[in-house]
Amino acid sequence: MTSRNRPLSPHIQVYKMPFTAILSITHRITGIALGVGTLVLAYWLASAAYGPTAYAHAQAVLGSAIGKLVLFGWTGALFYHLCNGIRHLFWDVGRGYEIAEADKSGRLVVASAAVMTLLAWIIGL
Amino acid sequence: MVEFALPANSRVQPGKVYKAAGAKRVKVFKIYRYDPDANANPRLDSYEIDLDNCGPMVLDALLKIKNEIDSTLTFRRSCREGICGSCAMNIDGTNTLSCLKPIEDISGDAAIYPLPHMPVVKDLIPDLTVPYAQLASIKPWMQTVSPTPPDGERLQSPEEREKLDGLWECILCFCCQTSCPSYWWNGDRYLGPAVLLQAARWILDSRDECTGERLDDLEDPFKLYRCHTIMNCTKTCPKGLNPAKAIGAIKEKLIERRL
Repeated sequence: MTSRNRPLSPHIQVYKMPFTAILSITHRITGIALGVGTLVLAYWLASAAYGPTAYAHAQAVLGSAIGKLVLFGWTGALFYHLCNGIRHLFWDVGRGYEIAEADKSGRLVVASAAVMTLLAWIIGL
Repeated sequence: MVEFALPANSRVQPGKVYKAAGAKRVKVFKIYRYDPDANANPRLDSYEIDLDNCGPMVLDALLKIKNEIDSTLTFRRSCREGICGSCAMNIDGTNTLSCLKPIEDISGDAAIYPLPHMPVVKDLIPDLTVPYAQLASIKPWMQTVSPTPPDGERLQSPEEREKLDGLWECILCFCCQTSCPSYWWNGDRYLGPAVLLQAARWILDSRDECTGERLDDLEDPFKLYRCHTIMNCTKTCPKGLNPAKAIGAIKEKLIERRL
């Protein structure tokens, strides 16, 4: 029997992901969201260069309830990715690899990102 | 490649149910079964176990099933005390050694699968050919160019020896290797946490004289740098070792020699 015919054992279907793994995939997802968000930023800047009508339109789209919700998500993604990126820098210099430390720094990242997002919106509005 | 769904031939079907008649304290073990001779998909069989008549560890339950209920259940085991690494499997959503996992630590039914994302030979036995080949590729032995000292031993200071603590204890059960999503998606090119921990064990050994070649070999976007510090490896290690930290140590060595 060749190994080609062998079934693949279940993986993501059965594995209970620990906190650190969930933070890791969130880092990846927020990174992608930031990439898409940069396109929105480019659209907003381009509309300003294009003329007053286009700019007013962009302002209306981004200022709508849905637009604001997307922007809120985007700021959340930005601050999460920023804070977790700093967490990665600590790992890069060889610190924070113990499970207790990684869990603690993870909680700190989530809390900091939440506070920074709320602060940004409180200050911004 | 990232593929979240299992291939068609790997999807797990519902299986048989074995009842425990007259038992007071019953625990259900849901166990992955695959028979290479049956030409059928894997299935999940349920075994009711009388805990009043069973040893404390998951391995005890597996042996009880094999001895008393269903002799076709197939799994690797040897030392039953966490030093051989044979009985590594996915228990209750985490990879561990069945001989070290107390049954009472599992709430509800006990789900048991082979080590994740591996080709299955039979039941709980994964094909470990690839990780063993990857281990061989990092040359897990001491390499020297200088002649052996006349007194026959290459000496090491206690401080130098201390750097190997947390590395030499690895029993190569591959719990960490198969817990790593990066290894799931890139297992053909990423060496994985167990093999990289072994690589670190030789890179950090003061007696080894091929550190440079070892580092050259690992300086590769896939072999080493698919580690994204997900930390599943460290969380799952049944020996309490820290592969994530060992991988960090290799990355540090690579940066150090550039400065």
